[in-house]
Amino acid sequence: MSSHNKLFLTGLFVAGLLAAPALAFDFGRPATPEEIKLWDIDVGPDGKGLPDGSGTAVQGKQVFSDNCAVCHGENGQGGIKDRLAGGQGTLASNMPVKTVGSFWPYATTLYDYIHRAMPYPTPGSLSIDETYAVTAYILSLNGIIPADGKVDRESLPRIRMPNRDGFIPQPEFDPAKLFRKK
Amino acid sequence: MTSKAPVESLPRPASLSRRGFVGSLSAGILGAVATEAAGAETLADVPDRGPGADLSAHSERSRFARIDRIPEATPGKRNVDPGDAINSKTPHQKLVGNITPTDLHYERSHSGVPDIDPAQHRLLVHGMVRKPLVFSVDDLKRMPSITRVVFIECTGNGWENWKKADPDLTVQNTHGLVSTNEWTGVPLKFLIDLVSKDKGSNWMLAEGGDGAGVDRSIPLTDEIMNEAFVAYGQNGEPLRPAHGFPMRLVMPGFEGNLNIKWLRRLKFGNAPWMTRWETARYTQLLADGKARQFQLRMETNSVITQPSGMMQIQPGDNRISGLAWSGHGRIAKVEISTDGAMTWKQAQLSQPVLSKAQVRFQMDWVWDGKPTKIVSRSTDDQGNVQPDRQSFIAAMGTNALFHYNAQQTWSIDEAGRVRNVLA
Repeated sequence: MSSHNKLFLTGLFVAGLLAAPALAFDFGRPATPEEIKLWDIDVGPDGKGLPDGSGTAVQGKQVFSDNCAVCHGENGQGGIKDRLAGGQGTLASNMPVKTVGSFWPYATTLYDYIHRAMPYPTPGSLSIDETYAVTAYILSLNGIIPADGKVDRESLPRIRMPNRDGFIPQPEFDPAKLFRKK
Repeated sequence: MTSKAPVESLPRPASLSRRGFVGSLSAGILGAVATEAAGAETLADVPDRGPGADLSAHSERSRFARIDRIPEATPGKRNVDPGDAINSKTPHQKLVGNITPTDLHYERSHSGVPDIDPAQHRLLVHGMVRKPLVFSVDDLKRMPSITRVVFIECTGNGWENWKKADPDLTVQNTHGLVSTNEWTGVPLKFLIDLVSKDKGSNWMLAEGGDGAGVDRSIPLTDEIMNEAFVAYGQNGEPLRPAHGFPMRLVMPGFEGNLNIKWLRRLKFGNAPWMTRWETARYTQLLADGKARQFQLRMETNSVITQPSGMMQIQPGDNRISGLAWSGHGRIAKVEISTDGAMTWKQAQLSQPVLSKAQVRFQMDWVWDGKPTKIVSRSTDDQGNVQPDRQSFIAAMGTNALFHYNAQQTWSIDEAGRVRNVLA
């Protein structure tokens, strides 16, 4: 075998290692279903990932007052951090007010975000039912569900947010078209 | 060259010749404040040599070189208490070359900087895969690695100038949310092969280990599959905590917030998750009230850093210098106008000119002492040209908040004072 061919085969071997490394090396360890469950917190717009449980806007008012109002204001307005209510009809003005009610396209995102990131000092400290309740309360502040409304894994994905059609995907990365050819 | 000293270091001694001033001038660019007033007029004035300080475990900057980032909040909220800051900006007016010093790389964090022990950090890769796996930092370091110089840019870079141009802004205020470092890590593709991703999966959720658990949906295009990597090295050392220690995603050319820091989870699916960050936050509100979503790529951009806002220049020879970058690829050319965008001249680029990395440009200029405006515009190798302010605003409106890449104009008055203007 010429040295050129040897080089070529060595190259193939290295390329093979890079392409199918699992055959040659053993990196990492298998993730168990139990531990995946601990971290698998994301909620999709179809409601996938929402846990069992429920909460009402009435319950949420108290949870909000105890955990959220210090930053977001008693009714989701006038706090030092993001305004959560109102602003509908302002998006095309010179002073747009982006809130859950005026801007957010999916109610599921609200549950996901509260659960993963709020309250800011202790993210994840609210129970599932408390998270549903705060979600319901913020939706009720925006007139999206009634003041005595309730949300759970079935109802939340079915809520149509006021600005649901307010987003235009950049054509290059439009999810509806991106991988259609493949 | 008699220009570009920061205004706070003026006046300089009038007797200094232009040639004799070169040494202290470069110190001036680098942020020194003490050297110029007590400069060395003749060689006899240069202090005697002698034994210096003890050697040390790591090098600090000279006490004459003061360079700091500045923590800021939203547009118009500057010089805030660090507890109220949401970002910390790179002092481009005091830097040279193409690479940003590690400790001066801009920082944008959504829930502070976590203090992570790498021994306890894990990366979970799961979802539409055959073999969900858990990796440690050591696992990653045993894998084949790549090293690449790329810019990372916050989509909020330039956001001070959407509606107005405050005249007292420096280039650090206007453009301090982009930096270029060398990153080392494992190709995303390698990890994807390890877990045997389902062919039907073409979106990936990347999630951080910060308090906010920042997460973004990433489309697995050929470009991203070929270029994305999970980095553990930054300019030859472990990532700094502010930049994602012990591991982060690097997405060359894409929105800074896609480069998930403190990376702890990659999940494969077949549609975007519509996280808060890709719906309520990093979307661009247009004039008609609709918002542009998934504008993931950072645009063709450039800015003159010397001279720039709040500096003062002298008539005569000047050197214009700045940085250009594009999320589409390599910078092909940078043009500079010194007459308010009426005529343009091509600038020199400092090699190497790398794809999706910042490149330094420069040009000689003789200022005649008359008020004028200077501006740069870049063109990348895909033919994208950085837009002028007027056509940019016509397309995007003034409410978008993110993805501002209009040409940056600096005005110069009869005293040589350089100020931020819209055009």
